[in-house]
Amino acid sequence: MQQPTDRPVIAEFVDVHRHYVMGENVVRALDGVSMQVRKGDYLSIMGRSGSGKSTMLNILGCLDRPTAGRYHVGGRDVSQLDDNALSDVRGREIGFIFQSFNLIPQLTVLENLEVPLFYQGRVGRESREKAEHLAERVGLGGRLEHRPNELSGGQQQRVAIARALMNDPLFLLADEATGNLDTSTEKEILDLFDTLRPDGVTIVVVTHNPNVAARSDHTLWLKDGQVESWIDNRAAGGAQ
Amino acid sequence: MIADMLRVVRLGLKSLMVHKLRSSLTTAGILFGVASVIAMLAVGEGAGEETLKRFRDMGVTNVLIRSVKPEETQQTSSSSMTSILGYGLFYPEADRIQNLLPQSTVVRVREFQRGVMRGENWRSTVIVGTEVAFLPVTNMKVQEGRWLTELDMQKQANVCVLGASLGKILFPLENPVGQTVMVGIEDRFTVVGVLEYQGRAAGPNGTTLDECAFVPMSSSRRRFGDTIRNPSTNRWEAVELHEIKVKLPSPEEVEPGANVLRTMLQPVHGPKGDIEITVPLELLREQERQRQMFNLVLAIIASISLLVGGIGIMNVMLATVTERTREIGIRRALGAKKRHIVQQFLVEAGVLSALGGLVGVGLGMLVPQAITHFFKQNTIVEPYHVLLAFCISAAVGVVFGIYPAWRAANMDPVEALRHE
Repeated sequence: MQQPTDRPVIAEFVDVHRHYVMGENVVRALDGVSMQVRKGDYLSIMGRSGSGKSTMLNILGCLDRPTAGRYHVGGRDVSQLDDNALSDVRGREIGFIFQSFNLIPQLTVLENLEVPLFYQGRVGRESREKAEHLAERVGLGGRLEHRPNELSGGQQQRVAIARALMNDPLFLLADEATGNLDTSTEKEILDLFDTLRPDGVTIVVVTHNPNVAARSDHTLWLKDGQVESWIDNRAAGGAQ
Repeated sequence: MIADMLRVVRLGLKSLMVHKLRSSLTTAGILFGVASVIAMLAVGEGAGEETLKRFRDMGVTNVLIRSVKPEETQQTSSSSMTSILGYGLFYPEADRIQNLLPQSTVVRVREFQRGVMRGENWRSTVIVGTEVAFLPVTNMKVQEGRWLTELDMQKQANVCVLGASLGKILFPLENPVGQTVMVGIEDRFTVVGVLEYQGRAAGPNGTTLDECAFVPMSSSRRRFGDTIRNPSTNRWEAVELHEIKVKLPSPEEVEPGANVLRTMLQPVHGPKGDIEITVPLELLREQERQRQMFNLVLAIIASISLLVGGIGIMNVMLATVTERTREIGIRRALGAKKRHIVQQFLVEAGVLSALGGLVGVGLGMLVPQAITHFFKQNTIVEPYHVLLAFCISAAVGVVFGIYPAWRAANMDPVEALRHE
C-alpha cells in the first residue's frame, strides 16, 4: 500500500467501479479501485492493455464517471457531477498532457496556451503574461507566435506541458506523454517533469513504458481492473 | 464579454482560413442568395415604378374621360373622302357632369396639333385649349408669369402659357413672358406664363405636358374650330372636346363618381365606342397589387437560393465538425462546456454566412445598376431590403449551423480524443 505522509490528499478513488455493458456481457474495466494522490506526488499507473489503465485515466481526468464508488478531487466528490460541472473541474483542477500532444493546429503557441483560461473567462493580460512565463519555463520563450506544425515533437510536448500548467491544476495527468517521442526527447520531457516538482507540482503518468514509470516515486500496477501492487521506485532504487 | 465574443469570431475566421477554397465556395452560396434577393427586389420595385408614377401624375382623385376615334368599319372608310367623321365628347356633356357631381371640378380640354414658332425656333406640338381649373386639377404650377384667367376666357384672348420644355426651345436665352409666338400660320399669341418642369408627366398625342402650350378654351374654339384634318388618314374629323377631366373631392369618392360617369355616358357613347374612361386610382391600385404579387414571387425565388446556400453551410459545417472531432475532444478536456462548443461552431457558421451576406449585399447593389444601365430597366434598391437580406443571410448561417454545432457539443469527450 501507499506510504502514509502528512501531505494533503488531492485526488482519491474510493472503491471505484466502472462497468461497460457490451451486449449481453458486462465488462468490469475497473473493479473496486481505491487509491490516493497527495500533493507533490509523482505517481505512475502501469498495466497491460485491458488492465483498466485508460478507464482509470478517463475517470481521473473527469472525462468519465464511475459506475459505482466515489472519486474526490480536492476534497469534493465529483463522481455524480453533470457534464457542465465536470467540464469546470477539468478546466480548473486538471492539467492534461496527451501522447499525441493535441495542440490545436490552427492556433499559435500563445493561443494554444490561452485555451484553458479562455473557458474560465480569464483571457487577457493575465493569461498572456502567464503564457509567456510558462513558455519560458519549458524552454520555448521565443516561439509564442509559431504554429504547432513549425515545432518538433519534443517542442510540441513542451507547449502541451505549459498549457497543462496554465490553470494551476491540482495535478498533471499525462497519458503516455512520451509515447510519440524518441528516447533522447523522452528523457528531456521526463527531466522537465523533474524540474517542475520543486514547485509542488503533482504528476500522474499513465504508461506502459517501464523506463517512464521508473522515473516516478510510486508505481501503481493495475491488473483486470484492480490494483495489483504498489511499488516504491525510490526504495527499489529505480529512480536516479 | 465583447472581447470574448471577438475572440470567438477571430477564432472562427482562423478556422475558416484553414480551408480557404471550401469556405469561399460555401460563402458563395450565400453570396449569390443575398445578391439575388436584393437584385430581384430592386427589379420588382423598379418594374412598376414608371407606370405608378404615370398614374399618380394623372391625379389619384381624377377621372379622365377621353375622346377616342372609334374603330373604322368598312362602310365608313369607303365614304371617308367626303364626309366628316364626328366622334367624342360634346360641350354640353361637361355641364351635365358638373350637375351630376356638384362637388367635383370639371375641366374641358381641346387639343390641336400645331406648329409653334418664335423667330428661328420652331416646334410642332399640341396646343391645349382649356380652362382655369386645369392647373389645380393636374397639380401643375406656374414657374413664371401667370396662368390663364376667367377674363382670358371671356375675351377669347390670344394668350398662351408654355410648358417648361417648350419655353426653353422657343426662348433659349430670353424670358418668354410678354413675348409673342406664332401658332400655326396666322395666329399670334402672347406668352403670359411658363409652367414648372413636370418630368415625365404624360400629355396628349405622345407628348409630355412640358412640351405643350396652353390657351384659353374659348380662344382655341374660335381660332381652330372643331374640325381638324387627320394627317395620317387625310380626312376630316370633328371633335368638340378631346378630354374632360373630373377631379373628385377625395379618393373615397372616386369609385362612386366613376360609376356615375359610366352610367351617364354609356347610352350615348357606349355603342359608338368613342370615349375611354380612365380612373388613375383604380389603375394605381391594380398596378400596386400586381407589383406586390411580382415582388412576392421574386422574393420566394430568391429565398430558395438562400435556402440552398444554407444547406451548403450545413453540409460544410457537418464536415468541419467531423474533421475537427479531435479538436473538440481537446477543448472539452481543457474545460470547454457544451455551450462553448455550440457557440464556437455557431459563430463559425454565422461568420461564414455573414461574410457571404456582406459581399452579397455589395453585389446585390451593383447588379440592379448594371440592369438599369444595360437593359434600361428601372430598378430601385430599398435600404430595408438590403438590411433584410443581410439579416436573413446571417440567420440562415446560424439556423443551419445549429444541428452541426449540437452534434459537436454532444460528442463523448473520450471518444472525441481517441478520434484520429
